[in-house]
Amino acid sequence: MRNILILGATSAIAEATARRFAAAGARFYLVGRNADKLAAIAHDLEIRSSQAVYSESLDLDLLDQHPALLSRAEKALGGIDVALIAHGVLPDQQACQQSVPMTLAAIHTNALSVISLATLLANSFETRGQGVVVAIGSVAGDRGRASNYVYGAAKGMVGLFLQGLRNRLAGKNIQIVTIKPGFVDTPMTAAFEKKGLLWAQPDQIAQGIVTAVERRRDVIYLPWFWRWIMLVILHIPEGIFKRTKL
Amino acid sequence: MTRRTSPTSWGLYPSIQQRNLPLHQVADPLPTLAEPVLAFGNGRSYGDVCLNEDGDVLLTRGLDRFIAFDPATGILRAEAGVLLSEILALVVPQGWFLAVTPGTQFVTLGGAIANDVHGKNHHVAGSFAEHVRAFELLRSDGTRLCCGPEQNETWFRATVGGLGLTGLITWVEIQLQRIANPWIVAENRRFSNLDEFFALNDDYEARYPYTVSWIDCATAGRTLGRGIYMAGTHAPPGALIPAASPRRSLTIPLTPPISLVNTLSVRGFNWLYYHLPRPTRALTPYPAFFYPLDHLLEWNRLYGRRGFFQYQCVIPPASAHEALREILSRIAASGQGSMLAVLKRFGTRTSGGLLSFPRPGVTLALDFPNLGQKTRALLDRLDEVIRQADGAVYPAKDARMHGDSFRHYFPQWSQFTHFIDPHFSSSFWRRVMAE
Ligand SMILES: Cc1cc2nc3c(=O)[nH]c(=O)nc-3n(C[C@H](O)[C@H](O)[C@H](O)COP(=O)(O)OP(=O)(O)OC[C@H]3O[C@@H](n4cnc5c(N)ncnc54)[C@H](O)[C@@H]3O)c2cc1C
Ligand SMILES: NC(=O)c1ccc[n+]([C@@H]2O[C@H](COP(=O)([O-])OP(=O)(O)OC[C@H]3O[C@@H](n4cnc5c(N)ncnc54)[C@H](OP(=O)(O)O)[C@@H]3O)[C@@H](O)[C@H]2O)c1
Repeated sequence: MRNILILGATSAIAEATARRFAAAGARFYLVGRNADKLAAIAHDLEIRSSQAVYSESLDLDLLDQHPALLSRAEKALGGIDVALIAHGVLPDQQACQQSVPMTLAAIHTNALSVISLATLLANSFETRGQGVVVAIGSVAGDRGRASNYVYGAAKGMVGLFLQGLRNRLAGKNIQIVTIKPGFVDTPMTAAFEKKGLLWAQPDQIAQGIVTAVERRRDVIYLPWFWRWIMLVILHIPEGIFKRTKL
Repeated sequence: MTRRTSPTSWGLYPSIQQRNLPLHQVADPLPTLAEPVLAFGNGRSYGDVCLNEDGDVLLTRGLDRFIAFDPATGILRAEAGVLLSEILALVVPQGWFLAVTPGTQFVTLGGAIANDVHGKNHHVAGSFAEHVRAFELLRSDGTRLCCGPEQNETWFRATVGGLGLTGLITWVEIQLQRIANPWIVAENRRFSNLDEFFALNDDYEARYPYTVSWIDCATAGRTLGRGIYMAGTHAPPGALIPAASPRRSLTIPLTPPISLVNTLSVRGFNWLYYHLPRPTRALTPYPAFFYPLDHLLEWNRLYGRRGFFQYQCVIPPASAHEALREILSRIAASGQGSMLAVLKRFGTRTSGGLLSFPRPGVTLALDFPNLGQKTRALLDRLDEVIRQADGAVYPAKDARMHGDSFRHYFPQWSQFTHFIDPHFSSSFWRRVMAE
């Protein structure tokens, strides 16, 4: 767990997770699309981990860049132990409903780019005989809802894809972890009223991610109670569910 | 982004409405400002210096990255929302310590500057700002000023102790002090009255960089001002370290409807605290020495929903003895004892902040459950003594002082007003400027 690649390293959840890994002396290769934000995070992690941190700014929507990106990261770190795929966008659902290009763009960022990265990483880990891929899905991916089904559909695709990958690589010392957070207080959810017990802080999610990697978990809801909330939601018959406003 | 909530300051009083605007990047411009704004650090001020009723507050805790640290020189640069506790966690293992620390480690760099906080070593090290090499001040017109003792020094002196009114501090560079050992050699001594305190103080100040005393406010007469003197110094290299038993934090889970701190519990606590046997000299982990209250997370809730008042004053050396006696007698006569009364002598170093509180003299910090008018009346009576003695009351811990008292205590206030950002304001400032 020494060499860590983070895709979408400017995410608040990813940054909190990186700090926890840094405290354990990890080495990083960070990728994000905003160079200033990325530099600030890289400096911070260098100080916290007392190790050089590699970083590179890249828009992860550019799928054709992925293979070269991953080989640069592998070369710089001398092998990747853990790859965390954290980037994502929360699109405006109302606007997406009226615009196919916006819908597909959100699915491109949230699902296709994740699938591209996960595939390349898994194949390279398979050759090496070890590695951990962690990707951040969402509870929104468990069931389609009027308020955010474009985002939810992409997250659902990621969840299903990782499930298949996990099945393919079982018994090969490769770990595929799906993280499903509930509501987290980050810039992504800046427009929400953040009151109440359902809101978690990025560091709570980070702690859950680190534990999930250490304990070799497959799918984990964070915080834990979402597992039970989603269990209930998944069992509501569609005939009833379609009339709800959740 | 547009949520109305009511974060509070540490005294849980006053309780108000303000809108929270969380900040995430130091390079970002300030959000569009419709209403007056104010930076809010970690809300460890007791009164209303960190509050902005019916306005907006910029939550700075999201600015929490380290920017540079040189383990050879002990110079650290970090974003303004970094907590002192986070700095200690990073630097103590590398042989460095904060040059000045207040009695809680849960304060931000920005907050430590805006109140120009002091610690147990004021008599040797002065206040926090004396160890600040530079910071960046972001004004509402978008200007970014790099300020330090030798650069934009008028802005430096206005912002140090400037109660957040001169703009947003985005990052800070401080000088740390070298330590050979994370442990503290601490010494405790009982004293049975104020005269004994002053005698002990001369002796201990000469021998220890950290000194502070707890005093019992519930007694009068011969034992007026009895208490415990506590002194400490960083342990030398290789001092034998006792096996550490990890301290667990305890959180007060809810706010009781009424204060659990009342006349009876104050008397009982003070008696017990004074008589409790304690080692005279011992090796102590630094958090237990500097931050005894941080162990009990959210202890402020013990005071109930009405909250409490802190009162910290400083009295110049010439009148210190007499004014202290008067203050303690007025408190004892009121029957409203203070659980945590802390006494310390400030040294003569000053940071030059226009509104900085620390100045030569003796400082006394007290807390009182909020009993409404009765408590306010007592504090007004204490203010009479402080004004007479030409002392001052600490804004970081205030929720009630009158405007004319404030202007008397901080005569440079009118010079300070030229540096206030036109879009910044606070509940405290409007209160003390209203009358
Ligand atoms: C248990 C306890 C013990 C304490 N002991 C001491 C002590 O020994 N000595 C002492 O001096 N104080 C002491 N204090 C008070 C505390 O140190 C100060 O109130 C400190 O300023 C709180 O910092 P904060 O980050 O919580 O800021 P807040 O309380 O949130 O804000 C304080 C002020 O700083 C301003 N501010 C915050 N961040 C910025 C920024 N980035 N840019 C511009 N302005 C900003 C705010 O506008 C406000 O005016 C103690 C408090 C507690 C709860
Ligand atoms: N917050 C929640 O409530 C919540 C709940 C469940 C799941 N999640 C998921 O958790 C993950 C992290 O989100 P967060 O909450 O930490 O929010 P965040 O801080 O807004 O992080 C999202 C990050 O993704 C980056 N990003 C977006 N598109 C990118 C691209 N094409 N290339 C490179 N980087 C890109 C963004 O970069 P910029 O900063 O440059 O825009 C941003 O830093 C996301 O996958 C999100 O869907 C969040």
